[in-house]
Amino acid sequence: MSDKKAKYQKVAYYPGCALEGTGHAYNRSTKAVGKELGLDLHEIKNWNCCGAMEVKNIDPKLQTYLSARNMQLAQDQGFDTVMAPCNGCYHNLKKAEYDLEHDDASKEVNGRLSAKAGHGSYEPGGVETIHALDWIKHTVGEDGIRDRVKNSLSGLKIANYYGCMYTRPRHIFPEKDQGPDTESTSEPHFMDDILEAAGAENVDFPLKTACCGGAHTLSDSDMSTKLVLNILQAAEASGADVIATECPTCHSGLEMHQVRAEKTLGVKTSVKIMYFTQLLGVAMGMKPKKVGVHENVSDSVPMLKEKGVL
Amino acid sequence: MTGFADLEADLDALAGGQADPANAAAVLLSIGEQVLETWLDAHGKQPTADKKEGFRLLALHRQAAKGDPSFNACRETCRELVYYFNLISLDPTHDDAGKRVVMASMIARHLLLFISGKLQEAELGEFCCASKPLRAAGG
Repeated sequence: MSDKKAKYQKVAYYPGCALEGTGHAYNRSTKAVGKELGLDLHEIKNWNCCGAMEVKNIDPKLQTYLSARNMQLAQDQGFDTVMAPCNGCYHNLKKAEYDLEHDDASKEVNGRLSAKAGHGSYEPGGVETIHALDWIKHTVGEDGIRDRVKNSLSGLKIANYYGCMYTRPRHIFPEKDQGPDTESTSEPHFMDDILEAAGAENVDFPLKTACCGGAHTLSDSDMSTKLVLNILQAAEASGADVIATECPTCHSGLEMHQVRAEKTLGVKTSVKIMYFTQLLGVAMGMKPKKVGVHENVSDSVPMLKEKGVL
Repeated sequence: MTGFADLEADLDALAGGQADPANAAAVLLSIGEQVLETWLDAHGKQPTADKKEGFRLLALHRQAAKGDPSFNACRETCRELVYYFNLISLDPTHDDAGKRVVMASMIARHLLLFISGKLQEAELGEFCCASKPLRAAGG
């Protein structure tokens, strides 16, 4: 058993705020799939917001502290690995890890705020932060998934959409681009690998790491709608039936702006949007409701039936 | 310098995939370059004439990303545009050439939308025309 396979069997789970709200289906499906795969997931007790975009834009060092507190909590609760399925949370925890190691001012602010709050100050290296894709890829892997598939995704064409925060900036992800079996920052493939093992056909999708306009969604909705519409149309032009997502912000943006594009621009697209954990769960024989498919904006069940997955 | 509205119109014209593939690929690459030139101009920088890995688009991206890591959010978009340029140019009579032009036009459109959003965010321009400093200078 590889080091990662053993290490990631039991992880601290950091769902983050989005997974309690608009991304609830991702929370539900991640937990359900983890349980089905026999992986041990423990939600961090008393976790807080990672600082997301709002705090980071105003005070980046406060965001570093907020993210560091979650890693400190995980460590205090006996874990060496934090699994964050949300790209924003994953990115922010990785960034905090990097900043605390390389930026004295960040370290000073984190130490001061931790003391004021009355808890230990997180030291870099205390825990390892991973994404849900790392978790499944390194524990169960493609062979393990193939063994568990009951409803093959065969016949389903998928455009895997990673968004822009999963791989950028490259310097906060030192474990990526390290050769075979590691993730690529220029051409990410972990989601492709996992869903292909579940029987899906991945289409060539050139916008897999392009910006979805999530940061603009409140300040400039029209720009977000145009960016999303272009992604949806590119997925359709690639022949995809469904876009697989691994980020709640991207996912809700794609779904909401798909509706908005039809209403405001009069352009209808029919490609479905599902979390990769939902697709994986369905492939493993779980009921769509168990992985929260009914919580998505668009109804994917008819398409899954039409493709023979259900 | 061509405004973003005109560039978008050029993209619309190519989006049907009916244009001559080799010519369309060159036009799309040029649109990408003009988008990045606009960004650099808006920041008071002289767009480079250099090439990186044989492409000016990649050199322009590297110039724009210097000191602005968030600009790397369009790095792969630029590289995909170059990839599709190569794909189309190396075999313009391929059965899928028309489809490839359509996809390349979507990639170029994403670059345009992303940069125009960043210009707006930086209060340096409008979606449909040149940048604020250029207008302020009477350009």
